[in-house]
Amino acid sequence: MRSEFSLLGLSMSLSRGDVENIAHLARLSVTDAEVTVYANSLSSILALVEQLSATDVSDVEPMAHPLAGQVQRLREDEVTAIDAREKYQQNAVKVDAGLYLVPKVIE
Amino acid sequence: MSQLHTKTLSELAKGLKSREFSSVEVTGHFLNRIQKFNSELNAFITVTADSALHQAAAADALLANGKGGVLTGLPLAHKDIFCTDGVLTTCGSKMLSNFIAPYDATVVSLLQQAGIVTLGKTNMDEFAMGSSNETSYFGTVKNPWNLNKVPGGSSGGSAAAVAARIAPAATGTDTGGSIRQPAALSSLTGIKPTYGRVSRYGMIAFASSLDQAGVMCLSAEDAALLLQAMAGFDPKDSTSVNDPVPDYSATLNQPLKGLRIGLPIEFFNDGLTPENAKPVREALAEYEKLGAQLVDVSLPNISLSVPTYYVVAPAECSSNLSRFDGVRFGYRCDSPRDLMDLYKRSRGEGFGAEVKRRIMTGTYVLSAGYYDAYYLRAQKIRRLITNDFANAFKQVDVLMGPTSPTPAFDIGAKVDDPVTMYLNDIYTIGANLAGLPAMSIPCGFISELPVGLQIIGRHFSEAKLLNVAHVYQHSTDWHKRIPQRYA
Repeated sequence: MRSEFSLLGLSMSLSRGDVENIAHLARLSVTDAEVTVYANSLSSILALVEQLSATDVSDVEPMAHPLAGQVQRLREDEVTAIDAREKYQQNAVKVDAGLYLVPKVIE
Repeated sequence: MSQLHTKTLSELAKGLKSREFSSVEVTGHFLNRIQKFNSELNAFITVTADSALHQAAAADALLANGKGGVLTGLPLAHKDIFCTDGVLTTCGSKMLSNFIAPYDATVVSLLQQAGIVTLGKTNMDEFAMGSSNETSYFGTVKNPWNLNKVPGGSSGGSAAAVAARIAPAATGTDTGGSIRQPAALSSLTGIKPTYGRVSRYGMIAFASSLDQAGVMCLSAEDAALLLQAMAGFDPKDSTSVNDPVPDYSATLNQPLKGLRIGLPIEFFNDGLTPENAKPVREALAEYEKLGAQLVDVSLPNISLSVPTYYVVAPAECSSNLSRFDGVRFGYRCDSPRDLMDLYKRSRGEGFGAEVKRRIMTGTYVLSAGYYDAYYLRAQKIRRLITNDFANAFKQVDVLMGPTSPTPAFDIGAKVDDPVTMYLNDIYTIGANLAGLPAMSIPCGFISELPVGLQIIGRHFSEAKLLNVAHVYQHSTDWHKRIPQRYA
C-alpha cells in the first residue's frame, strides 16, 4: 500500500491502486467506477479517523471487551451441536452427495 | 375493534387476559394493517401471516384455560437480522436474499416461549450498516410521520412498523445507535441494554464487541415487559453475562425525587442548534419538576467516539463478513471461472455499496503495518471514552441529552456523503463503545417531526432507565402521539 499513516500530518488520500489492493485483500470485485467512488469516500473516512492521532495514548491499556473484568468464557471441548447437515445444505447453491461444490481448484 | 392498533402492548395484554378480544382478533387486525399500509412504508421484508394466525390460535387456547404468561398472544415483528427457523432471514442484503435460517436466534425462541406471535421480519439497513434505512437491498423505508423522510436506521423497518401501528412492538439491534436513533426519528421508546445482557446468538453479526439486541415499542412499560423475556444468560453466546435479571416492571413507578441527572456539556455544545435542543431542554425541565436534579458533567473524549467507532466497527465487520464466501450459503455469482473469481464476484455482487465500504475500511485498518496506528489506537481511545463515562457516573445516576442531532431528514439527502451520514450517531455511539445501556424516548416535535431524549445509565441499570422513562411518560403524552394517517 502506498499511503502512509503518520500521526503527524499524513497523506490520507488513497489512490486507485490502494483501493484495488484493499478490495483484493477483502476479496471484493470492484468496477472501475466503484474504485473512484471508494478512493474518495475511504479517504474522507480516514480523514475523520485522523482525529484520533492528537490524543496521547502512551499509558492507556487497549480495551478488548466493553465490560470491565469480563473475559470470554470457554466451554468444555465436547460435541454439543446436532448433525443438521441436510438442513444446512438446503441453503447451498450447489451440493452433491453431501458435498458443497465449487469450481475446480486443482488442475 | 378498529382501535386495537392504538393500544400499547400492556393494554393489549390486559384485554387478552380479560378476554375482551382474542389473540386471533388482535393478530388479524395488525395483519390487515400491514396489508393496507406496508406497500407505502416498506417496513416489512417478510410477513408470516399464516404462522402468526396459528400461533395466535394456540395462544387463545392457552388464555381460554386461564394459562399463558403476560406476553401470551401479543404480536410482534422481528428485525430481519434475527434468524428465524424456516423463515427467510435477509439482513437487508442481496447476499442473504435466498437464506432460510435453519434455527432460531435466542431472542426469537425466548419471545416465542413467552407466547409472542411473530408477524414477520422488518426491513433494515444492509447488515445493520446505516442510519437511514436507505442501504437495504429491499429498498428505503419511509417515515410514517412524513413519507418523504427517513425513519432512521438501521432498525428503520421496526421503527416505521411500530410508529404506523402496523405492529405494536418490534425487536431491534443497536451497534452505534440503530435502536435509539430510529426510535427518536419515529417517536418511539427504544432501549439498547447493557452489552451482554441479551443474547447475540442467531443475531447476524456486524461488530461483535458493540452489537446488542433490544426493543422498540410505545412505552417504557412495554419495553420492561419485552426485555424481561429477552434478557438473561445464554451459554450459546460467549459474551453473555451470567447475572440475575431484575423485575423490570416492579420498579417502574419509583419516584424520581433526588435523582441526579448528568448533562454532558459536550452534548449541548455548538453541534446542537438551539431549535433542536429546545424539546430536550423542556424534557429536562419536566424532570426537575419531578424532583430530579440537573448536574453538568463532562465527557472530555466523547468527540472521538465517531472516529473510534469507524475503526473498531469496520474492523470487526470485515472479519465477521468474511464468512460470506458464496460457498455454503448466501448469494453465489454466475459461472465463476475459479475459486478466487467465485469469492470476489459473489461478494462484490452480493454486498451493497455501504457494506463494501465498511469491509474495505476494516480491511485497511487491520492490514499489515497499520494495525497499531488504527485499531490498537482506537481501542485505547475506547478505554478513555469508557473511563469518562465511569467518572461521570461517580457524580450522577443517569446521563441525558439528545438522541440525534436533528429530526428525520429527507430521503436521499445524505446517501452520497458517508461521513455526514456517520455523524448522525454522534450522541449514541459512546454508549456502545462503553457497553452501557441507553434509551430514547419521545420528548416533543420540531416542525411536526419527532424528537428523542436519550437516557444513558450505568452498566446493568436497565431497571433504573425504564423507571426514569416511565415516570416521565406518566406525566407527559409525547409517546402517545400517532401519525395522523395511521391513527
